[in-house]
Amino acid sequence: MTVPGPPPGETGAIHDIGYRHYDGPRLGSAYIARSLFLHSLRGAFGVGRSVRSKVTPLLLLAVMVVPALIIVAVAVITNANDLPLEYTSYAVRLQVVVTVFVAAQSPQSVSHDLRFRVVPLYFSRPLTRTAYVQAKLLAMSAALFGLLAVPLLVLYAGALLAEMPLWSNTRDVALALVGAALLAVVLASFGLVVAAFTPRRGLGVAAVVAVLLVLAAVAAVVQGVASDEGNTTVAGWAGLISPFSLVDGVQVWALGAESSAQEAPPGTYGGPVFAAAAAALVAACYGLLMLRYRRVSLS
Amino acid sequence: MTLIATRELTHRYRGGVTALTQLTVDVPAGVTGLVGANGAGKSTLIKILLGLLPATSGSATVLDLDVATGGLRIRELVGYMPEHDCLPPDVSATELVVHMARMSGLPMTSARERAADTLRHVGLYEERYRPIGTYSTGMRQRVKLAQSLVHDPRLVLLDEPTNGLDPVGRDDMLALIRTIGTAFGISVLVTSHLMGELERVCDHVVVIDGGRLLRSAPTSEVTAATERLTLEVSERTDEVARRLADAGILVRPAGTALDLELHDEATYDVVRDVVADLGVGLLRMQRGRLHMLDIFRDGADATVGPAGDLRS
Repeated sequence: MTVPGPPPGETGAIHDIGYRHYDGPRLGSAYIARSLFLHSLRGAFGVGRSVRSKVTPLLLLAVMVVPALIIVAVAVITNANDLPLEYTSYAVRLQVVVTVFVAAQSPQSVSHDLRFRVVPLYFSRPLTRTAYVQAKLLAMSAALFGLLAVPLLVLYAGALLAEMPLWSNTRDVALALVGAALLAVVLASFGLVVAAFTPRRGLGVAAVVAVLLVLAAVAAVVQGVASDEGNTTVAGWAGLISPFSLVDGVQVWALGAESSAQEAPPGTYGGPVFAAAAAALVAACYGLLMLRYRRVSLS
Repeated sequence: MTLIATRELTHRYRGGVTALTQLTVDVPAGVTGLVGANGAGKSTLIKILLGLLPATSGSATVLDLDVATGGLRIRELVGYMPEHDCLPPDVSATELVVHMARMSGLPMTSARERAADTLRHVGLYEERYRPIGTYSTGMRQRVKLAQSLVHDPRLVLLDEPTNGLDPVGRDDMLALIRTIGTAFGISVLVTSHLMGELERVCDHVVVIDGGRLLRSAPTSEVTAATERLTLEVSERTDEVARRLADAGILVRPAGTALDLELHDEATYDVVRDVVADLGVGLLRMQRGRLHMLDIFRDGADATVGPAGDLRS
């Protein structure tokens, strides 16, 4: 351990070329926010991190894709005319996997910086708190979108391989991708808020899983009971309880998808209300995140 | 050249705690020590200087940029090393420093080059590829320092960089700080609650206490102005002290003795006259040099002691 040597000229050591000033470009806040976005997106899949942090996301990605591969294989072999499930219902069917991904990777993205107090290193640079929150939110949304989109594209490729109708499959997968983007943003906002308020990573993971699974279960139970009672209105509205059925409701209304929940949003106002609720959820989460980061001090 | 200038800078936290009171100080280029006890307002001042905390009143400029409006630009040109631990354990020093260089706006290739150079300059070699979690405290402090320098700032703010280091590590860090200020040509504002260590590396010293400025002067001047005279008399110490104070000499009780500020030879004459006049015995008259540490200790005593009015 030695301190850097004296300025050049006073030493014979060849390797010591002394301190050089940097006079290259200093790119603006857009570049910095973009870099943080890419860094966080890569981090969500463990790229550029230790092998241990790659295991979870890549395993979950595999678990997401395998059913799609099986479906495709079966469809190709049996020469089916149609995929056995809707593109739009794929995410809902595999919601446990998606939930675990949100739970595992949201804390990785935000709690990590909070817990090890790396945040001051960001905020003492030309990066605003707003840009930080936006980059993190976009990165998590993009990661989730990737997780949801890959199996959809596998299904689509399989459908084309099995020579299913091109036009209807293209339209369906495009709509499903839009739905996936919406679900990704909703879940990312939700996951990041829970994670940002629980700096301990383990707790964050547990909190996100618990909240998402409990909400999904509650929504399913309420819908089930209400359907049994023949009350389709209550069953429809119950979809608001869980982010998954909430986004599903928006898909049904805006994209003409078939509902994967037990009951679609009721009446004429159901769809718009679900869409408004989804928008409000994202806005509220964004607001909470901003509030959380305004409170983060430098020391 | 003035790098940092504050004018009647005041900051009051929402709970009503006043962290800075009417602080007016100029920090020149070079290595400057900011000294004060914990809670003296050092960290608050740094946050305001980085444009991250709005001042309640007053103003401040850093590199001629107003902290109220030029925060982003300031943070582009200034480096900051936090006092507390701020390093993720699962990435290597190289990865962290490259990332932080990009977060300061450096393109990827420059970020890689600068990170490698900077880590070498702070004395991290092969170990820079290992996860930070495996580093010693000294190495971690070097990583923290490297990330504050990687974008080649014109000024670095180092918050208690010697905290937690053993004596050798402390010496290394202080030497490194001196190198940054001289060989690298980057101005430094370094905080510490220990005056003694800054005395060795700083060109200029700013002492704050309880959010107020106690002193701002070149290190040499501070050291020169600290000639003291310790005086012990046989009786009526209080009366002697009063008479000396009346004669314009700064007197402080120091146990049973008195501590006098020694201006010039005339001080001796005043002491002789007072003692002779009161007819007390002169037991001890000892000349000494007070370290900055002691000045500061006096300041700290004044705030924690029962005589709270000493602060005003």
